[in-house]
Amino acid sequence: MTKYRINKTRFVDQTKTVSFNFDGKKYHGFEGDTLASALLSNGIHLVGRSFKYHRPRGIMSCGSEEPNAICQINADTNLTEPNVRATEIELYEGLRASSQNCWPSLNFDIGGINNLISPFIPAGFYYKTFMWPKSFWKKIYEPLIRLSAGLGKSPSEPDPDIYDHKHEHCDVLVIGGGISGIISAKIAAKNNLKTILIEDKNILGGSTIYQNNKNFIIDNKKSNEWLMNEISELEKLDNLIIKTRTSLAAFHSYNYLLAKENISDHLPLDKKNSDIRQRLWKIRADKVIVAAGAIERPLIFNNNDRPGIILANSVKKYLDFYGVSTGLNNIIFTNNDSAYETAVSLFEKGISVKIIDIRKKSLSNIVKNAEDLGIKIYWNSTVVNTFGYKKIKSIEIMNLSEDGSNVTGNKYKIQCDCLSISGGWTPMVHMHTQSGGKLDFREIDQVFVPSEKSENHINVGSCNGDFELEEIVKNTNNKIKKFLNINASGFDKISVLCSKELEKKNIWLLPNTISEGKTKSFIDFQNDSTAKDIKLALREGFKSIEHVKRYTTTGMATDQGKLSNMHALGIIADTAGVKMGTLGTTTFRPPFTPLTFGAIVGRGVGKFFDVVRKTSIHEWHAQNNAKFENVGQWKRPWYYPINNENLHEAVQRESKAARDSAGILDASTLGKIDIQGSDASEFLNRVYTNAWSKLGIGKCRYGLMLNEDGMVYDDGVTTRLGENHYLMTTTTGGAANVLSKLEDYLQTEWPELDVYLTSVTDHYSTASICGPNSKKILKKLFPNKDFSDEAFPHMSYQDAIIDKIECRIMRISFTGELSYEINIESKYGKSLWENCIKAGEEYKITPYGTETMHLLRAEKGFIIVGQDTDGTMTPIDLQMDWIVSKKKYDFIGKRSLYRSDTIREDRKQLVGLLTDDPNEILEEGAQIVSELDKKPVEMIGHVTSSYFSPNLNKSIALAVVKGGKKMKGQKLFVPMENKNINVTVSDFIFLDKENKRINA
Amino acid sequence: MFIINCPYCGERDQSEFSCGGEAHIVRPKQPTELSDDEWAEYLFMRKNIKGVQFERWNHAHGCRKWFNMARDTSNDKIHAVYKMGEKPPVI
Repeated sequence: MTKYRINKTRFVDQTKTVSFNFDGKKYHGFEGDTLASALLSNGIHLVGRSFKYHRPRGIMSCGSEEPNAICQINADTNLTEPNVRATEIELYEGLRASSQNCWPSLNFDIGGINNLISPFIPAGFYYKTFMWPKSFWKKIYEPLIRLSAGLGKSPSEPDPDIYDHKHEHCDVLVIGGGISGIISAKIAAKNNLKTILIEDKNILGGSTIYQNNKNFIIDNKKSNEWLMNEISELEKLDNLIIKTRTSLAAFHSYNYLLAKENISDHLPLDKKNSDIRQRLWKIRADKVIVAAGAIERPLIFNNNDRPGIILANSVKKYLDFYGVSTGLNNIIFTNNDSAYETAVSLFEKGISVKIIDIRKKSLSNIVKNAEDLGIKIYWNSTVVNTFGYKKIKSIEIMNLSEDGSNVTGNKYKIQCDCLSISGGWTPMVHMHTQSGGKLDFREIDQVFVPSEKSENHINVGSCNGDFELEEIVKNTNNKIKKFLNINASGFDKISVLCSKELEKKNIWLLPNTISEGKTKSFIDFQNDSTAKDIKLALREGFKSIEHVKRYTTTGMATDQGKLSNMHALGIIADTAGVKMGTLGTTTFRPPFTPLTFGAIVGRGVGKFFDVVRKTSIHEWHAQNNAKFENVGQWKRPWYYPINNENLHEAVQRESKAARDSAGILDASTLGKIDIQGSDASEFLNRVYTNAWSKLGIGKCRYGLMLNEDGMVYDDGVTTRLGENHYLMTTTTGGAANVLSKLEDYLQTEWPELDVYLTSVTDHYSTASICGPNSKKILKKLFPNKDFSDEAFPHMSYQDAIIDKIECRIMRISFTGELSYEINIESKYGKSLWENCIKAGEEYKITPYGTETMHLLRAEKGFIIVGQDTDGTMTPIDLQMDWIVSKKKYDFIGKRSLYRSDTIREDRKQLVGLLTDDPNEILEEGAQIVSELDKKPVEMIGHVTSSYFSPNLNKSIALAVVKGGKKMKGQKLFVPMENKNINVTVSDFIFLDKENKRINA
Repeated sequence: MFIINCPYCGERDQSEFSCGGEAHIVRPKQPTELSDDEWAEYLFMRKNIKGVQFERWNHAHGCRKWFNMARDTSNDKIHAVYKMGEKPPVI
């Protein structure tokens, strides 16, 4: 045993030694230790440097509120994690931890110079200093700030761990496994309610589990022994699930809660990778009982941040739970009775202890207990300074004036190696407010407590402002019975004896002899904001707590102000002379403690990140060396390189083949909606800009769909299969949204229409064959069919049979070539495709991908919705007036086409662009200007599609340009980083304007 | 995350639904008769109130039916759920 491991407890197994490494040095602890308790047992207090002044800092607490002891664990491996609180890491064999925010080492930190210049870097220093000179920003200030920003190092390798998500439903969820949570869970579970109890520590019991003071008696037993017994009974209950190492992350409305369970974080390294690391529980509970407890407050005085200054109850926990003494010569500095429990515990273990109390007296049992033991108490006194750079060595105390606003008399110096501080308790109201609950300020205890009553959740125990053991036990019992509608519980006749606090006194900022500007009274230990900074912010005119918080960064560190928020509020209230209750609090947002990204993402990484949709022909594409591109969730062949061709080379070959002989495209991904019903024609009339009533059965028509604001939304060819039966195609990416939009209109605006929509995208596969030889290939595939222009004209469809399987052939074209699309049930898609390839062999049929498709349609001037349009283009802007019916009374978006804004002539309009140098290919997205000299340069449009056309042997582009319709022949410029490219506005149909090819 | 009582399916998690904005905005029967201002009123103007708001919701990952809902935006309490075409309840 080390010098500081002075006590044997049932929570730490001192027969099982665990070795670990801190800052490169090997130490030993025991099974059951946290990293913090193991470090303290080795006499190590200094564990980090503060963020701004790089002051040495030590372990200050024993829980999630820890502001100082944040570590990097397992550095330089893919398992590394920064900003982990040493107070929450369970010790395991082989753990490596290192301190953060110091260089070159924890003991000698160059950044410590910031402490010396601290008078020059007050709150808001950044905003005031880095303003000038302007030229310093990029080269000096920004790199400097980036260097000092952030805590710890993120891993450079992918996270190898597995994370999981799981849904859970229960009647009652109890948050917190302290005494009130245990009472609540027992009452609920014993009344046949499916109950879940979550506790963030590895064992239940909260702070009562190590409360061995004789002044706290439940049913004639010491409270810790009584509770131990309750826990063992609790574990036998059938309908109670106890989840330890599980912390609540968020409490959303309708009792939807997220909780993170640590599954393997505490296991030795060699056992970690075998299973899930953390699981995020998504819990929907009928009733929620919050028993989150309270956090002890520090006291705010000069130099209150030295290593060895620890919260009093944490000192007690290290002693009575972990068996570790935080010092051998203790002083307790308090404003309340609870710290006396620590004093008595220390004394009973034979450790020297003295008490400084800002109150004038206290007559409670526990104080009498301390006095009877002979513990020296300095009443009506305060600490005015502390000494010791890397570990506290001594303190100076003075008497308080009558009203507590000042100090009087002489300074008195006392030696110590640990200063335990207690400024009272802050109820953890975070969960309550996250769920939408409001708070009241209780003046006598200077605490915010939950106010509103909710039918669905309740707060019990110290998070509800009950601090005395007797009221915790009895109020919890009574409130839970009422909340769950239960008449009697096993706790009705319980007897509780406890010390009761009668004297209360609180001073948010303790007085001092030296002026405030020269003191360092830390409020937010992690972000180094002091009382002086808060007062400066107020002097500079900040009034709202939210503004002061951001200006001083108080409460904005990784601990989210768990220790600092109340003091900041108190000092603001005192300084501004207002009541604290009127100030309100800053907003408590989830998560309560930091969550790993892994836990948030769960299993949705890698191939599970998103759904992948593949056509039935996918396998063929893959075997034929296709490169794929993602279009929505679809994998579409992008191009099919042969012999190491790059994208450009492959596309040139594919597009030439499609125009010279025959090409084949997998068009299965296009959205397909089956439309049936007696009003189907009328419905199409209303949703498309053009007229549909007169479309003959067996004919196809291109349609353009607008939003109600007149902007192009989607396009595609719709085929009339029968009198009341259509097949609509949509863009690949727009399919789901188009179906939803059409359903919306049918259900809400036009419920009188007899129309039924069914998505059939996945039901059919489509092979699209184009090129001058396409007709010959179709004839080979369907020898009995007449493909003459008379029998099978452009924009028509016919049923056919191939290999005894029915299919549909549409003669439609997106490339400007003679073109046929064959639709067949998906399961036959690959076989159809292979038949097409075989039949096309003699014509060197060439499979082409999306890139070639884009090039071919651009040559022909066909738009792609979403590429050449961006939700701000009307059909008029696209020079597609021909498709907008003048005769139809109404269609979606019609009225918007003559709003004052949509009829402006200087709107961006679709044009073609030709580069003066035919080999120069424009960049898609490049800006277009008309005057280069005018400053600032006015951008009048941008390039939407750009390719080198092998069929025209020059570069072509589509663009949208303000007033472009009237600019044909005009010279414009596309300024790039190193040059200006000269372009001429042209017609946007570059090839075969007369449609000779389609009808070839 | 609320629980929404779909009028066709019953209580389901909010993640199954999508919100379609303010309810009871009727598409004008004769848009061509409207002035720019009147059309803009239909097209763009939406209420954003603190308190009970009438909204359109779609059971997108369920029955795909649209329905209306009266929800208090200040506390997400759902006061009523009713089918399309039904009159809004008095709240």
